[in-house]
Amino acid sequence: MSAAGERARSLRRAAVTLLVAAALYEATARSGLFPPALLPTLPAVARTLVATTLDGTMPLHALHTLTRVALGLALAVAAGLPLGILMGRFAAVEGFVLPLASALMPIPSLAWVPVFILWFGLGDTVSILIVFYAALFPMLLNTWSGVRAVNPLWLRAAQAMGADERKLFWKVIMPGASPFIIAGLRQALLRAFIAVIGAEMLAASDWGLGWVIFDAKEFLNTDVMLAALVVIGCIGFVLERLAFGALERATVVRWGMVRAAKE
Amino acid sequence: MPELVPATAPRASVPAERANARLRAATRTAFPFLVVGAAWEAVAHAGLFPPRLFPPLESVGAALVRLTASGILPHHVAETLLRLAAGFALAALVGVALGIAMGRSRRAEDIALPLVSIGAPIPGLAYAPLFLLWFGLGNVSAILLVAFVSAFPIVFNTWTGVKAVKDVWVRSAQAMGADNPRLFRLVILPGALPYILTGLRLGLAQAWRILVGVEMLAAVPWGLGWLIFGAREFLNTDVMLAGIAVIAVIGLALENLVFRRLEEFTVVRWGMMA
Repeated sequence: MSAAGERARSLRRAAVTLLVAAALYEATARSGLFPPALLPTLPAVARTLVATTLDGTMPLHALHTLTRVALGLALAVAAGLPLGILMGRFAAVEGFVLPLASALMPIPSLAWVPVFILWFGLGDTVSILIVFYAALFPMLLNTWSGVRAVNPLWLRAAQAMGADERKLFWKVIMPGASPFIIAGLRQALLRAFIAVIGAEMLAASDWGLGWVIFDAKEFLNTDVMLAALVVIGCIGFVLERLAFGALERATVVRWGMVRAAKE
Repeated sequence: MPELVPATAPRASVPAERANARLRAATRTAFPFLVVGAAWEAVAHAGLFPPRLFPPLESVGAALVRLTASGILPHHVAETLLRLAAGFALAALVGVALGIAMGRSRRAEDIALPLVSIGAPIPGLAYAPLFLLWFGLGNVSAILLVAFVSAFPIVFNTWTGVKAVKDVWVRSAQAMGADNPRLFRLVILPGALPYILTGLRLGLAQAWRILVGVEMLAAVPWGLGWLIFGAREFLNTDVMLAGIAVIAVIGLALENLVFRRLEEFTVVRWGMMA
């Protein structure tokens, strides 16, 4: 069978799977085995999704969540990138930061939520700091690995050709480390998105997708929960696929640092 | 470069030197902690913040000793580890089986992949309230959620691993007369094993991260997540920090069993990093 034919068959099967899964769910929901409050039908979920989107609450929740992710991630990049570069370039910095990072990294970011709640009160600060904590280590360690992985031959060649420190940094080290840095950024973003949902559930502010889901539990609004899950899934998917594919194509692929992903 | 060391180097002092080097390395590792610890102590004793919120290290240590001696902390640790083991074992079993099925059968792949791809990008804790509604507060929800969330990396990696087994190996084994069970046991499983191990390690790390959060939400009576979250009610910051220290130690142990070796077997061996 040709590649195109096989692809068409895969797509067809995927569609069938999803339809069957949806039909099974719908049948279970309508069978009356479980209370409808716990297992709402798909049309009910869709209606809730449309209604909350149209009245602007769901977009606003998403906006709050994304703002927290953006702020936390920006802080993590602002701290992790320079520190990672310094660690890669200076053994003294590496010797000081690495033990601390290795000790803090295995602590799940959510473990800090109760402490941060006591220190900073309920609200945005806690969520943003938790995102920062979650995103910092992938950023830091990937940058560090990237700078260390720059081929020493390139450094010496550039020096032999008369590159000064500044040129060496911008023309050799940064491009050389960029695949790692972008990998770190991607990992940091995914961690940040995971962390923000948990932080919003526990640190109870009034807005945010995590808070919606948790709040809906109190009132058995399972349709709201599932609608919010759909939104979270879409955002996760978009973050993963679109944002970084484009960034990678514009930088490391164009510089020939990594092969373009197969089409 | 060891080969450049002159052969006449004094040998008697080697053990002494090695002990010395180890001591120096330990000092170097301890130094940053001493600096941070001293800074923490200085801030805690300066009275800038209420000591209930920013306890000095000695009261955190005292809380750690008190809780350990009374048996409360070991109980929390045991429950957490049990949940981790149960959830992870479930995920490993189902994840590896599903991953192998997806790697071997085109039909299984076409059927399962869309469902797995839809579930994967949703942060694990987002499912937590749903699981709590469906399975009730407590252990069942916690364990099922840990299993569900940590199964994704296991499925993906096992699937990739089985697909990465070289076609030539499979065909030559078949040409040499291997039947299906032998093909599976002697070619496919060993070929996919590095990926499966990677998946298991990632899954374990995922399970650990999610478990601490779940224990805060699922209202389980014991567990480290609950210990630190419950301490919030009584402003017991020292108990919280003691709990976090224990979480760090367990996480570090998991990670060292896990990631150190992972790195040795992959990036270091492939010569990508020193």
